[in-house]
Amino acid sequence: MNFTLTEEQELLRQTVRDFAENEVAPKAAEMDEKEEYDWTLWDKMAEMGLTGIPFPEEYGGAGMDNLSYAIAVEELSRVCASTGVLISAHTSLCSWPIYAFGTEEQKRKYLVPLAEGKKIGALGLTEPSAGSDAGAVKLSAVRDGDEYVLNGTKIFITNGGRADVYVVVARTDPDMSKKHRGTTAFIVEKGTPGFTFGKKEHKMGIRASYTYELVFDNCRIPKENMLGKEGEGFKIAMATLDGGRIGIAAQALGIAQGAFEQALAYSKVREQFGRPICANQGIAWMLADMATRIEAARLLVYQAAFLKDNKLPYGKESAMAKLYASEVAMWVTTKAVQIHGGYGYTREYPVERMMRDAKITEIYEGTSEVQRIVIANYLLK
Amino acid sequence: MKVVVLTKQTFDTEAKITLDAQGKINPEGVSLIMNPYDEFAVEEALRIKEKTKGEVTVVSMGGPKAQDVLRQALAMGADRAVLITPELEEMDEYTTATILAKAVSRMEYDLILGGWRAIDDGSAQVAGRVAEILGLPVVNMVIKLEIAGGKVLATREIEGGSEVVEVPLPVVITAQKGLNEPRYPTMKGIMQAKKKPMEKLALSDLGLTAEEVAPKVRALKYFLPSPRAQGKIVPGEPAEAAAALVRLLREEAKVI
Ligand SMILES: Cc1cc2nc3c(=O)[nH]c(=O)nc-3n(C[C@H](O)[C@H](O)[C@H](O)COP(=O)(O)OP(=O)(O)OC[C@H]3O[C@@H](n4cnc5c(N)ncnc54)[C@H](O)[C@@H]3O)c2cc1C
Ligand SMILES: Cc1cc2nc3c(=O)[nH]c(=O)nc-3n(C[C@H](O)[C@H](O)[C@H](O)COP(=O)(O)OP(=O)(O)OC[C@H]3O[C@@H](n4cnc5c(N)ncnc54)[C@H](O)[C@@H]3O)c2cc1C
Repeated sequence: MNFTLTEEQELLRQTVRDFAENEVAPKAAEMDEKEEYDWTLWDKMAEMGLTGIPFPEEYGGAGMDNLSYAIAVEELSRVCASTGVLISAHTSLCSWPIYAFGTEEQKRKYLVPLAEGKKIGALGLTEPSAGSDAGAVKLSAVRDGDEYVLNGTKIFITNGGRADVYVVVARTDPDMSKKHRGTTAFIVEKGTPGFTFGKKEHKMGIRASYTYELVFDNCRIPKENMLGKEGEGFKIAMATLDGGRIGIAAQALGIAQGAFEQALAYSKVREQFGRPICANQGIAWMLADMATRIEAARLLVYQAAFLKDNKLPYGKESAMAKLYASEVAMWVTTKAVQIHGGYGYTREYPVERMMRDAKITEIYEGTSEVQRIVIANYLLK
Repeated sequence: MKVVVLTKQTFDTEAKITLDAQGKINPEGVSLIMNPYDEFAVEEALRIKEKTKGEVTVVSMGGPKAQDVLRQALAMGADRAVLITPELEEMDEYTTATILAKAVSRMEYDLILGGWRAIDDGSAQVAGRVAEILGLPVVNMVIKLEIAGGKVLATREIEGGSEVVEVPLPVVITAQKGLNEPRYPTMKGIMQAKKKPMEKLALSDLGLTAEEVAPKVRALKYFLPSPRAQGKIVPGEPAEAAAALVRLLREEAKVI
């Protein structure tokens, strides 16, 4: 067992932390308030190579491991969860399936600019009647000569509207009884005729992250844009989410860490009854529990990344990491608001935003209930 | 152009300083960073390198952990690093400058850059002493640097304005805030950093002995500033309170 990070991982953490604190943190509250992202941050992240961390250099990536990627998402989310999910959805949900399942031409055409940050990526899986039951997607893709014709809608798509490249899971076999086996993944570019954006969601948290409806109306895409084989859509989506959960777990971990640090600092300077509130055991023990749970979450997240890096099975562990870290994030941010008293309930302090941001980590890329189903399936199979 | 940058690992600016049982500054649990003024120096060196197809060598003296700042500089784009770990009990600016100058004297250089001071002990001596030992001119607290035709035009801050100095290469220049905006290391840079050469030297590798670099100055005592006293509210009617306040400022605080 070795729990020390490599020199590169340490330097990456320090670098991303400096960037996050100097460039992202000062903008986080305003971006949340306005529900708008400052895209100059994206350009800076692209320049630093944060848009393609775990991909080989030949595909425009940084050639780093998944643990480094998790650390980067953690550090960004520590100050701004919207930035964390921007990188996470781009990297894990769009670039990764193209890297893992794409042809050489698809990787050259799409992965390289995605990893270099010249393009932004998204994944379109969820539909109004296919949420937790992702195998029930209805969006239809019908073969017509050298093209597929897409019709239907996707909802709740992170980076929607802004992203240039979308991995979309559609139904190629109209027989619904084939369930998930009748689905296929495609790569769709923004600007393709018949592909437009519908409603933008107004959300409780991660408000600087764009969440859009995707509308496909006789949208024709070349058959070369099929990702993997026909009928593999669900398989690709599930494999993608296995890895994506490491990203969301890292996001949750970062939110928790950020809120904890705020609460710790506040508890030392806020005086009531003539002494700092941290001098009360009730507060001190809350801090102790927060730190302990965060550390446990961190070990689960890093372990899942480690397994992936070492080509070992990681589906169960990434579900555990995502389940646990997201619940820790919700719990820790709630306590952080509590420690701030009335001030924590106002927008003067970042813990209010962090508590709103934490909630989504228990919902997207599989709700906590779905994570428990996934874990139980591994245990009971 | 060959540029050498002197960099020091210092306590983080937000570090809480404590003293150990021996009354020395306690380094335990403190996060360490590259001295911020040295970061300007590294950045400037990299810009010169990019303009002139030059080479940048970063040099640091310190404990084994000091290699972290060298790795950071390598990740930013420096070409090679030299770490000197003298393992001495007592050091002063003379010690440091003697060792650094000896290390630099073995290299080829056109320009030596450093921060104008380290944020921890703040002596602002080392770069100047290195220049003295190497017989080079030194320009301190530079906020703008132009190099052309073997000469340097350095703009430095002076009281109430700025001064432009012309000086021939080679020269020692110290960086002040405002010189530039240091870049962040890139992810590729971080990955390449470990493949770049890092030479590790002991005192004896430089042909120096502990006696030769023995400090000339010894710190007698370290103490922390006394905790800030509580504010005092002067009660009473405004006119009376104001009079009482003036009296307290004069007699107790002795500030007027
Ligand atoms: C901000 C945001 C961003 C998102 N980004 C993306 C994206 O980029 N791409 C994408 O494809 N999707 C995205 N989603 C969709 C997200 O993944 C789904 O919302 C999520 O999977 C839950 O689906 P649902 O909302 O339809 O809830 P439902 O599936 O309707 O679930 C409702 C409740 O029922 C529970 N439940 C459902 N089935 C079971 C069961 N069998 N046993 C026990 N409990 C069950 C759930 O756990 C939940 O508590 C995003 C959603 C949001 C809100
Ligand atoms: C939306 C809103 C509406 C409000 N409306 C009103 C109003 O109409 N009128 C009014 O007068 N006030 C109002 N308040 C103020 C509210 O009652 C206070 O915020 C609350 O009493 C907590 O005080 P505080 O915010 O100063 O937190 P603090 O007292 O600083 O508490 C910070 C944390 O320390 C803990 N703590 C403090 N002392 C101890 C101790 N001895 N032992 C253990 N833990 C301790 C607290 O439980 C809390 O977790 C309102 C506040 C809000 C946010």
